[in-house]
This record gives sequence, C-alpha cells and structure tokens, in this order.
Amino acid sequence: MNNVYIAGMGATAVGEHYRRDLADLASEAARAALASAPGIAPNQIGALYVGSAYSEELYGQGQLGAYLASVLGLSPSIPALRIEAAGASGALALYQAVQAVQHGLPLALVIGVEKVTDHLEDAIEAAQAMAADSNEEALHGVTLTAQWAMLMRRYMHEYGYPADAFAPFPINAHANAVKNPLALYRFTIDANKYRKAAMVASPLNLLDCSTLADGAAALLIAGEQLARELAGPRIRIAGAAVATDYPALHRRRNPLELNAARASAHIALGRAHLGVGDVDVWELTDPHGIAATLALEAIGCYEPGTAPRHAAEGAITPTGQTPIATAGGYKARGDVGGASGIYQVIELARQLSGTAGATQVANARIGLAQSLGGIGATAVSHVLIRET
Amino acid sequence: MNIARHWRERTTRYRLEGQRHRHTGEVRFPPQPPTLDEDPNDWEPCQLSGRGEIYSFSVIRQAPSGFASLGIYPVALVRLEEGPLVTAQLTDCDEADLAIGMPVEMVTRRLMDTGEDGVLVYGYKFRPCVR
Repeated sequence: MNNVYIAGMGATAVGEHYRRDLADLASEAARAALASAPGIAPNQIGALYVGSAYSEELYGQGQLGAYLASVLGLSPSIPALRIEAAGASGALALYQAVQAVQHGLPLALVIGVEKVTDHLEDAIEAAQAMAADSNEEALHGVTLTAQWAMLMRRYMHEYGYPADAFAPFPINAHANAVKNPLALYRFTIDANKYRKAAMVASPLNLLDCSTLADGAAALLIAGEQLARELAGPRIRIAGAAVATDYPALHRRRNPLELNAARASAHIALGRAHLGVGDVDVWELTDPHGIAATLALEAIGCYEPGTAPRHAAEGAITPTGQTPIATAGGYKARGDVGGASGIYQVIELARQLSGTAGATQVANARIGLAQSLGGIGATAVSHVLIRET
Repeated sequence: MNIARHWRERTTRYRLEGQRHRHTGEVRFPPQPPTLDEDPNDWEPCQLSGRGEIYSFSVIRQAPSGFASLGIYPVALVRLEEGPLVTAQLTDCDEADLAIGMPVEMVTRRLMDTGEDGVLVYGYKFRPCVR
C-alpha cells in the first residue's frame, strides 16, 4: 500500500455566515487548500470526497458530490461523492480518500462543509437528533445534548463528581480559541462563569455546550510521489480506522463506555505501529466536557473515572500530558457538524508542522484525531506523523 | 408524524412489547429483526411489566422541533426490571424530586406536538411509582 500525505489544507472561519451559502464556503476552503500547495493544479485531483451531516435537512441540497464538483470546476469524469455519518461525516470522507490514495490514486480532494445557521435552534436540535435512533430516541424528544447530559449525570453518580468538575474542558477550549482567528468564540471563560451559566439540558449548562455553526474545511490527500515534491515537513497519515456502535444509547451494555471510540483509536494506532503513549497531541469530539472525558477514558489515556481529575491538573492544556482542543475544540472553535473532522486534522497538521503559534505543543511529532457521529455510534480515527 | 410508521410501532409504543429469547430468557426492548447469526424463531414477543428505575435523566430546556408544546421536559434512561434500558420522557413529577435509582412505572401519554395532520401521537412515558 502507498503512503498517504497531507499535501494541502484550508478552512473558512467558523461562524454564522449569513451572507454566504454552502457552495461559497466550500469553494473558499478548496481554493485555500490549493493555494497552500504550490505546484498542484486542480486538474490533478482524481476524486472528490465531501463530508456533510446536515446538507439535506438544513440546506435542502442532496448529491453534494456532483454539486460541489461542478461548483469547483473539477473534471466531470472523476468520482465525486458525499459521505454521511452525522458529526463523523468529514472524517469518514477523509477515511475514504485515504483508502483510495493507499491503493494508487495520486491525489484526492476532501471537503467538509455545513451551512446550518439559516435555521433556529429547534430545527438544529431536531437535525442533530437524527444521529440517534429515530424510533427509540428522537421520537421521545431526546436531543443529542440531553443524551450527553444523561451520561454526565450517570458519570457524576458513579464516580462522585460535582458538575463543575467538567469546567476545565470548556475553560481550556476557550483559552485556546482566543489564539485561533478562525474560531467561533474567541473569549476566555472561568470556573465562576461556568457555575453561573444557565442550564440547556441539566446537568449540562450553556458554557459546557458547543454551538453548531457554518464552515468548510478542505484537505488535499496525496500519494508518496506527489508528496515528495512538496516543500516543508511532510505530514503522513500513518493510520486510519472506523468503528461503530449502537446508535441507540440504551442498547449498549454500559452507556459510559464508548466502545467504537476505543476500537477505532486502537486499530488506527496499530496500523501506524504506535501506542497510546506515543501520541503528543489529540483532537477529540468534545462538544461537552463529558464527551472529552469518555473519549479519553475509552482510548485508554486515563482510567475510567479519572479524566476530570487529570483535566483539573492541567493535563489537557497545550503543556499537559494529553493536549486537546488546541484550536478551541468543538466548544470554542465551534461545532462544524460533519466538517469538524477536517478542522481537527488541519489543527493536528499545524501542530506537527510546528506552526500552531501560541498553542503550539512543544516537539509535537505524532497526533491523533478522533471524530464521533452521534454519541460515538460512528468513530473515525486518524493518526498523523511528521516525517523527519 | 409518519402515520404508517406510527401504526407499525403500535405494540411497542402502546403496550411496551419487547422480545424474549426462547432459550436464554434474555429480554430486549424495543423488538428488532434477528441479527445475521441468530435464528429468527429464537425471539418471541413478550409484554414488559413497565416497572423499572431511573438510570439517568436530564431536563431539556432547548426542545427540538415538534416538542415546543411540552415546554421544559424531563427525559430518562430507565432500567426496566426485566433488564433492558429504555429511553423515554418522564411525566407527573417535579425536577427536584428526580434521582438516579428512583422507581418508576410506565404510563401512556402524548409524546409530542400535534402536527399539521392532527394526529395525536401517544406512547410510553414513565412516572414515579404511585403503587
């Protein structure tokens, strides 16, 4: 199998882009990715993979493969397709591109895109609830946020934490987003503000809930031959894996165990011939502190019941043992739906290139991005390595 | 509301009907098709007692479309006494009284707003045990 590299990347700001539509955002991200890869021309792109969770429900557009291929002016005779796995859509689109390049495709373009803010909160909550089981969960008015909230309350019950034990996660996310010009929320918060925040779905409050926003991010994925011509440190995708679990939370033996998150991380690391301890910097699906907690524990960074304690001691900050959300994470960069997985990989590539600025993790060489669809019903993990 | 789909689910939604494994006695809810390695004849319909206890809960203040008429409403994961967990709304209770481990029982209630088709969608909810 061929080695796979990141040859170019670009993203729009995350936000409420009232004046711009989905095609416009995707175009900006794709142009930025090409601009970051001098020497690569659009006609070298051999396939387009689009990841989007909500394009039908909140934008009314199907067939994003053909739609965006025509917007971008790609050759009509290359495969162009859209992948859907709720919040993991973009990461799964990248996974497909990695497969293709491993098997001989010289260059693929991956775009993650969402245009959601034309709708009010109730429509967005309903669209996100489609990640769950429609008969057994969404029908009962249960939102994705409420499901994470129920896991948080159960976790607090089993391990004896108060709700504000989760405050270090959004505090870290906001502190890092201040330095990210593309982030949705560029302000800091503190434990006092966290305690006073209004409830969204108890025990989850406003400052522990991400906001779904518009944005697009793009990656050029290249085989070894093309990558050899690129300037700068080369970032290789050394391992990729997908795992799944029951979409319905109540069907899982222990809902506090994110089994797909564990499996996809371990399989991806195994394919890269690495272990959990080798990873210098992480990107996780962290719309709430409980989500980051359960992912860190599922992956094996920390024993079950201990992640909030490590977070309180600074383990998740850029200078800690397991840095996460160095660009703001879902909470403060913004939850870009199916595009989030591409934003994650772009942040890791910046970290491994040593160009992450104020939130740079010192000597970062290996990163793992994990993107979840729903409450970890789909889990996609990519392991990135800077080649020396 | 998709009326045909609601009709198909009537035994589950109105009677809390699940499935019992003929040999192991395992109970699952809601019913599902047999997995590829299962014998379809191994699972038979079974009516659940409707009693259980709260595994966890949340009170939703940001409702999805279709649930505005409920206002602020509690939802829970309930551990049924036959074993399965089920996701449902709680009713006839105050938020301050709710706790993990609280015994609850099934009741039939309106699940969501009445849509343009005028269909009242009933199904199972759980309330603190009164018996």
